[in-house]
Amino acid sequence: MSANMEPCLDIRRLSAVLPNGQRVLRSVSLSVQPGEVRALVGESGAGKTMIGKAVLGVLPKSVRVVEGEMLIEGEDLGRLDAKARRNLIGARTALIPQDPLTALNPSRRIGPQMTDRLVRILGWSGDKANQRIRQLLDEVQIRDPERVLKSYPHELSGGMRQRVLIAAAFAAEPRLIVADEPTTALDVTVQKQILRLIAQLQRDHGTAILFVTHDLGVVAKISQKVSVLYAGKVVEEAETAALFATPQHPYTRALIAATPRYTDPYASLKPVDESVLAGLATEIAAADKDWRPGHG
Amino acid sequence: MDEARIARRGLSPRLWLAGGWLLLALLAAIFAPLVAPQDPLAQDLMLERLPPFWLDGAEPGYWLGTDSLGRDLLSRLIFGGRIAFIVAFAAATSACLLGSALGLIAGYFGGWADRIISRIVDVWMAFPPVLFAILLVAVLGTGLSSVILAIAIIDWTRFCRVIRAEAMSQARMDYVESARIAGYGRIGIMLREVLPNVLPSVVALLSLEMGIAVIVEAILSFVNLSISTDDPTWGGIIAEGRLSIHQAWWVLVFPLITLILTVLSFSQFGEALKARFDPVLR
Repeated sequence: MSANMEPCLDIRRLSAVLPNGQRVLRSVSLSVQPGEVRALVGESGAGKTMIGKAVLGVLPKSVRVVEGEMLIEGEDLGRLDAKARRNLIGARTALIPQDPLTALNPSRRIGPQMTDRLVRILGWSGDKANQRIRQLLDEVQIRDPERVLKSYPHELSGGMRQRVLIAAAFAAEPRLIVADEPTTALDVTVQKQILRLIAQLQRDHGTAILFVTHDLGVVAKISQKVSVLYAGKVVEEAETAALFATPQHPYTRALIAATPRYTDPYASLKPVDESVLAGLATEIAAADKDWRPGHG
Repeated sequence: MDEARIARRGLSPRLWLAGGWLLLALLAAIFAPLVAPQDPLAQDLMLERLPPFWLDGAEPGYWLGTDSLGRDLLSRLIFGGRIAFIVAFAAATSACLLGSALGLIAGYFGGWADRIISRIVDVWMAFPPVLFAILLVAVLGTGLSSVILAIAIIDWTRFCRVIRAEAMSQARMDYVESARIAGYGRIGIMLREVLPNVLPSVVALLSLEMGIAVIVEAILSFVNLSISTDDPTWGGIIAEGRLSIHQAWWVLVFPLITLILTVLSFSQFGEALKARFDPVLR
């Protein structure tokens, strides 16, 4: 689609450690092409959210990146000074967060919260920002934008808040959106609508998305490519269709087998097999053995 | 939708009672020379220890009776209110500004700023507050500004601790992270995103602190360390009333009631304001 085939996001051999020296990311490499949805799937604690936070420059203070590069549209974040990095991230990326309640400031009305960023960061006029926000609220199928804009976050339902956040994420036309489990905090009927909305807006705007989730069902619906993460290490990477058709890694096979199916509702849930976990442990230990921090 | 909210506002007798008493006392204090029936300093030994108006032997014009020097109690309470309110507003506001600013910085920035500010607070709170106040006034010299200064110096820690905790929990919220991703500066986020969310607590504490300032001023007056002994103060009147409790109970009881009502009203008013300020509770 784009003549510029530079990846929108390119992460190369990213490693991060906790203060006690424990590795939380193990030479993670992944890229997201322009306009593509890359799912990042793994169990809790695998480091999926950590990767999202690293890209957006909001890692907790205790987590230290010790090697690797992150490039947004070819610009190496590590080579920019703090201010330039903030500006680059602010202008080209956005986040669709997990919990739509705490992601909105409870004491400010929705309208100013949404327009603020367009006015202050992108330097738009108030009118232009207002128009843009209304257009986006229409795109996320909010029927009464006037009421929503005047509301405080707690006056809206969870689904409505997530729509507002999706609209806010797309409003500034970012090249890359990090969606951090955007449907996890919602109830099941709303989840489906929200997922469809994100897919719709993604297509319309041609935005690249790094979609963090633990749900393989969601992966199948929304993404073109998948990275499977275990203990901060990418164990498999593939086109989504290929991953489900011919999973290569035993862990991926176990995850797919563990997904409950509507076609067989009485089957008991399958945990990931002991031998698979043992294999993973060996793999992780081997990776850590050759690894010396600080050598890129 | 709005009707339920209005109904709930109308049904807040706590706000009206507390606010009403404070307004009455404040207006009486401001217009004391016009409102007070007598000169609060005029002594008349012929009129000493007159009882309040409903008892035998009361004189018209001396509604709450007189003290052992024949001074009108009601007038002294009204004039004493001036000092009480000046101290309440000035001391509480100073303590609030200092404590809230430091608390916000400690809670939002964390790290070194938090460690330094929190250690200062710990050391500060190790001093017994009333002794500390007495000591401060003894050093600074008596007088209105010393009393205000002493209360502000002692009580800023109250604001600092509460606002620090609130700012900390707000700083962990996702909306703060979103603001950082959008590229806002740290100080901008602190003032624009975090401050509005701790403001309801600041308001409630401020009102509570005004009540506390009234008490501390009364304590200092009681031990004769407030302002000059000529000006009537509630604490001073209570101290005098204590001496003649067996002959004239009213000299002790009425200033106590005034003091309690005022302090209670300040704290209740603060709570009611907080409930109204907070969009989530509203």
